[in-house]
Amino acid sequence: MQTPFDKKTYLYWYELMMLMRRFEEKAGQLYGMQKIRGFCHLYIGQEAVAAGIMSATKDTDNMITAYRDHGLAIAKGISADACMAELYGKATGCTKGKGGSMHFFSKEKRFFGGHGIVGAQIGLGAGIAFAEQYQGTDNATICMFGDGAARQGMLHEAFNMAVLWKLPVIFICENNGYAMGTSVERTSKVLDIYRLADAYDMPGDSVDGMSCEEVHKGIERAVRRAREGGGPTFLEIKTYRYRGHSMSDPAKYRSKEELEEYKEKDPITNVLKTIMDNNFATQEEIDAINEKVRVEVEASVKFAEESPYPDDSELYKDIYMDENYPFIVD
Amino acid sequence: MRTIALRQALREAMEEEMRRDPSVFLMGEEVAQYNGAYKVSQGMLDEFGPKRVIDTPISELGFAAIGVGAAMNNTRPIIEFMTWNFAELAIDQVVNHAAKMVSMTGGQFSSPMVFRGPNGSAGQLAAQHSQAFENWYANVPGLKVISTCDPYDAKGLLKSAIRDNDPVVFMESESLYGDLGEVPEEEYLIPIGKAAVKRVGTDVTIVSYNKMMKVAMGVADELAKENISAEVIDLRTIRPLDWHTIVESVKKTNRLVIVEEQWPFGSVGSEIAYRIQKEAFDYLDAPVRRITTADANMHYAPNLVAAYLPNVERTLKLVKEVLYMNK
Ligand SMILES: Cc1ncc(C[n+]2csc(CCOP(=O)(O)OP(=O)(O)O)c2C)c(N)n1
Ligand SMILES: [Mg+2]
Repeated sequence: MQTPFDKKTYLYWYELMMLMRRFEEKAGQLYGMQKIRGFCHLYIGQEAVAAGIMSATKDTDNMITAYRDHGLAIAKGISADACMAELYGKATGCTKGKGGSMHFFSKEKRFFGGHGIVGAQIGLGAGIAFAEQYQGTDNATICMFGDGAARQGMLHEAFNMAVLWKLPVIFICENNGYAMGTSVERTSKVLDIYRLADAYDMPGDSVDGMSCEEVHKGIERAVRRAREGGGPTFLEIKTYRYRGHSMSDPAKYRSKEELEEYKEKDPITNVLKTIMDNNFATQEEIDAINEKVRVEVEASVKFAEESPYPDDSELYKDIYMDENYPFIVD
Repeated sequence: MRTIALRQALREAMEEEMRRDPSVFLMGEEVAQYNGAYKVSQGMLDEFGPKRVIDTPISELGFAAIGVGAAMNNTRPIIEFMTWNFAELAIDQVVNHAAKMVSMTGGQFSSPMVFRGPNGSAGQLAAQHSQAFENWYANVPGLKVISTCDPYDAKGLLKSAIRDNDPVVFMESESLYGDLGEVPEEEYLIPIGKAAVKRVGTDVTIVSYNKMMKVAMGVADELAKENISAEVIDLRTIRPLDWHTIVESVKKTNRLVIVEEQWPFGSVGSEIAYRIQKEAFDYLDAPVRRITTADANMHYAPNLVAAYLPNVERTLKLVKEVLYMNK
């Protein structure tokens, strides 16, 4: 059977998705043990979106998303160590223990966060793309948000300007069916979210987010358009989160059957099946990948455990770039 | 007397007012089918139905505007923000519209409504989810501002807020929704604009509000062990500020400390300090002092959260300075 992608790509997807999945399963456990605090939103189930984006973009492309950011941060290349340490609030974390789960960032990896105010990053993503255009690069910006965020006014203002100025941005709505306990059907009469692009004459499309192949293809087209000066694209990527909205949500608003239906389409299982069916790897090679991921996740926990908390003096650090700012201290 | 949680006290206030006045409705994210993000509105959809308990999309600016427009037209909306951090998206409607309605229409229109939700930090939630905004709204003519987490006060004040003919900003506390307090079965109202002396004392006055009242009361307990008698005042309403109650107390104690979860620049304590030095200058035996959050954004790490917020230990030290005990 002819596969649309080569062996290397499938193995890349498999390892990356396994790392995201195992990292977050561990994070979920550690949250239960109160090693991780605050809000913690898991990406489990949505990994194919990250994987497909990564294989269709280059390292110098930018990414920005909301608080459900662990998987995407790992995909963009932030180490499991730095991510786990951040969840612990340690000084060695990817924002030095300042941001926690919701605010992963890496300037080096061009990962622009990690944002907590629903929908705000739609505009920020357009701005990041504006700066690329301004500086004459061919870098694209991947700007991600949820189905809930699609109902913020920000979407309309940002979409309009992005088209008007042909900004090299790919807007992605990760439609996982719910915004907290609110299903997409309860938020609008426009259920094909990608059609919101029509109002601004932006190309829009719907993509199967449980399939790495489909995500890759959709992103590849959109990125090409962005690089060639054709302006923004809007992709609605249909996906599903297996867990509750955050660690405190029992997700009673949806049925077991619905969850099972999506688990049937699990992207990791599917990619593994393609790998095995096509003899892209032996069982031993797959075991070796699984073991590598296990070790990486375990090591990240050890790293986080052993890292120090930020010094108390960090309270007044990273508030301004100005290092001599006169804070009011009484 | 029976004991109930803050979230139930708030719910009872809304339920009683909705039974009393059909023009009152509740609108916000997850208020209906999910029974409230923090279960404040649990069961209200069942009693009042979807016409009066209304789930919204995540569209703060839009539903705040729908609230203000509806308030101009003979209804009394309660607009719930999941937290006040998210109300930043809607501040245009609160400040430029609700607060201005009476003025710019020459008194023809008003916006009798309540904007409510949890305010302030709630554990390790980092910079965007940990802000306290009492002083921001208290700066705005046309608004009234209430901030309390005592179940008794919260119920009585929320009922008054719903009946009030002006827009009221009502601030609760996410981390204290489960806190218990005595609340009578019988109906009662608490007037807006009245502070409460929560502990009578003679040596120093401590003023606070919302969850920092815990720190204030904790400090008073510690002081009592050293035979120092602190008077503790809960502001409850921030605007209008009941400075008379503070002046009366300072006349007795001659010393004032304010404990608040607020950034220091232009804080509620700053305003109190001005008012007290003006109205009670001759009674003061020490400078008015305040303890606020750090002049910083709140970071995630647990030690940095602890360093950011006022606590009993640091407040105690400050009170002792005001009592000239440490020097
Ligand atoms: C402006 C704003 N309003 C409300 C919230 C509270 N909130 C956090 S996540 C969320 C749901 C968002 O759902 P969606 O955009 O679909 O993203 P998902 O969580 O499904 O990834 C809400 C209401 C917030 N963080 N910011
Ligand atoms: Mg969603």
